[in-house]
Amino acid sequence: MDDSILIKTVDLVKIYPMGGESITALAGVSLTFKKGEFSGLVGPSGSGKTTLLNILGSLDIPTSGSAEVLGLKVESLSHKKAAALRNHHIGFIFQTFNLLPVYSVYENVEFPLLLLGLSPAARKKAVMDALEWVHLAERAKSRPNQLSGGQCQRVAIARAVVKKPEIVLADEPTANLDAENSHYILNTMEDINRDQRTTFIFSTHDQKVIEHLRRKISLVDGRIARDEIPAAAREVRP
Amino acid sequence: MIIPKLAFRNMLAAGAKTWLNAVVLSMAFVTIIFTQGLYIGFDAEVSRAMIAAEYGGGQYWEERYDPFDPFTLQDAHRPLPDPMRALVDKGRATPILIVQGTIYPAGRLLPVLLKGIDPEQKILTIPSSALKPRDHDLPALIGSRMSKAGGLKKGDVVTARWRDAKGTFDARDIEIVEVMSTTVQSIDNGQIWLPLRLLQEMAGMTSEATLVVTAKDSGPAPSLAGWTFRDHDYLLKDIKNLIQGKTIGASIFYGMLLVLAMLAIFNTQLLSIWRRRKEIGTMMAMGLTRGRVIGLFTVEGALSGVLAALVGAIYGIPLLAYFAAKGLSFLGNQWDSYGFAMSERLFPTYSLKLIAGTTVFVFLMATIVSFLPTRKIAKLKPTDALRGKLR
Repeated sequence: MDDSILIKTVDLVKIYPMGGESITALAGVSLTFKKGEFSGLVGPSGSGKTTLLNILGSLDIPTSGSAEVLGLKVESLSHKKAAALRNHHIGFIFQTFNLLPVYSVYENVEFPLLLLGLSPAARKKAVMDALEWVHLAERAKSRPNQLSGGQCQRVAIARAVVKKPEIVLADEPTANLDAENSHYILNTMEDINRDQRTTFIFSTHDQKVIEHLRRKISLVDGRIARDEIPAAAREVRP
Repeated sequence: MIIPKLAFRNMLAAGAKTWLNAVVLSMAFVTIIFTQGLYIGFDAEVSRAMIAAEYGGGQYWEERYDPFDPFTLQDAHRPLPDPMRALVDKGRATPILIVQGTIYPAGRLLPVLLKGIDPEQKILTIPSSALKPRDHDLPALIGSRMSKAGGLKKGDVVTARWRDAKGTFDARDIEIVEVMSTTVQSIDNGQIWLPLRLLQEMAGMTSEATLVVTAKDSGPAPSLAGWTFRDHDYLLKDIKNLIQGKTIGASIFYGMLLVLAMLAIFNTQLLSIWRRRKEIGTMMAMGLTRGRVIGLFTVEGALSGVLAALVGAIYGIPLLAYFAAKGLSFLGNQWDSYGFAMSERLFPTYSLKLIAGTTVFVFLMATIVSFLPTRKIAKLKPTDALRGKLR
């Protein structure tokens, strides 16, 4: 596998049993993602975006096919190894922010580092750096319920990138935000992608996000309908 | 250390719910320690009083003596063997002669036990020195209960009748020289204490005794022919059985209290897992394994036990210390009718074993109860948790 390829899926199928029936969420998806990509899975609801993102994030396993993330086959990982993969290499950003409500902004961002067993000094530096990236250092002591939606999502971004993961998976990150906040968030993620070469993979149907993507993978009924580099991205690409 | 740290944060952040559980659990905690302390204190106090006033370091009983069968008294007496005599001479034992008798206070008939004791003895706390020969013909010592039952008071003279060793009835006037106040009813009710030598003469049982009380620190009791040694385990068996019975009864009460507290923890845990299912999913997404999530919730619940111990300590220590110092009287005027050496006020005793044992027990219970609802997490898929699903 090419060194720059972080993720490779081959003929990925995911079928959910639903009562007596079964629903095919992914019907043979084969893809690769390289280091530093700023890509998006685009498509209507039910097209399989989130399912694919969950498998890439080792939160779920495929029914058949293979998903290789950083050289590890997701389908054959134990719960412990999958957790370790997520802990060390993957950051998540959710549509509903999913901040831990009883923790402060600082503690939320610190959480992944606690799991990594970093020293208090190293944690503090990393957390403050991450909060600086998202311009929320002054709100470190605030609780999530004291923040706006945009601020919450910026905290979620800081939490996703604080451990400097290779991959950040963002599931509809702007769905609950207004245009101004969406723009701000996307710029922040683009900055991090550029500065740290972090691979961002979005699941979205938000046009604002799509406009920022440098690779757009359209999914329809669990299949890849199109995998393209938007014209705007081609223009800025060196 | 990450899990306890996170659990501690979560527990404090849960606010009122955490404190409510802790307070309820602390009540169970303090109640268990208080109730058990009360029984231990009761046991200790009764045992101490009975040892001091009646049992000493144990008793040698004449082999035919049975305190529950008054008919044995006629035969249950014999001279002291040499080793026993030596102990008595050294002041390490004191003989007691028991003779069945009758007194006739104010024309009434009252069956009594006439008990002879050496007025010089220092082994028991009975104020036997009141029986030292003065100008009284036949001095007698009685307890306040006997005084009440017989309508007798200090200075009264009453006729006593008994049967001597040969079976002949004899009678003589005795003078009440002292009315003692004692919590030990078994040296008071229906008993008249006389100078040992006089009773031996009256009964024709010179140098004989029914039982011999040894000093508290006498050490191992040698085996003597015709005598059976009764140690504290035997003599205090009834009180120990009573305490054990009461403890079982009390266990049901604080078992119910504990169940209530544990139900609160269980319910809180269940609600917490359901309410925080998205949080569980998020933590899993960040790399927390299911096992560690289970550990986190279990430790959170178990910390309720620790917090309960701290909360209980805040109000429990002063409260328990107050009762330990001042005692408490909850028997009203019934305290004297229990048949044991019970004083008007009971003083609870709290041992380290009791406190540590209760703490460990409650902590273990809280941990188990906290763990049970977390089994749901073991089957939870991260994607389901993130979607807020919990089966």
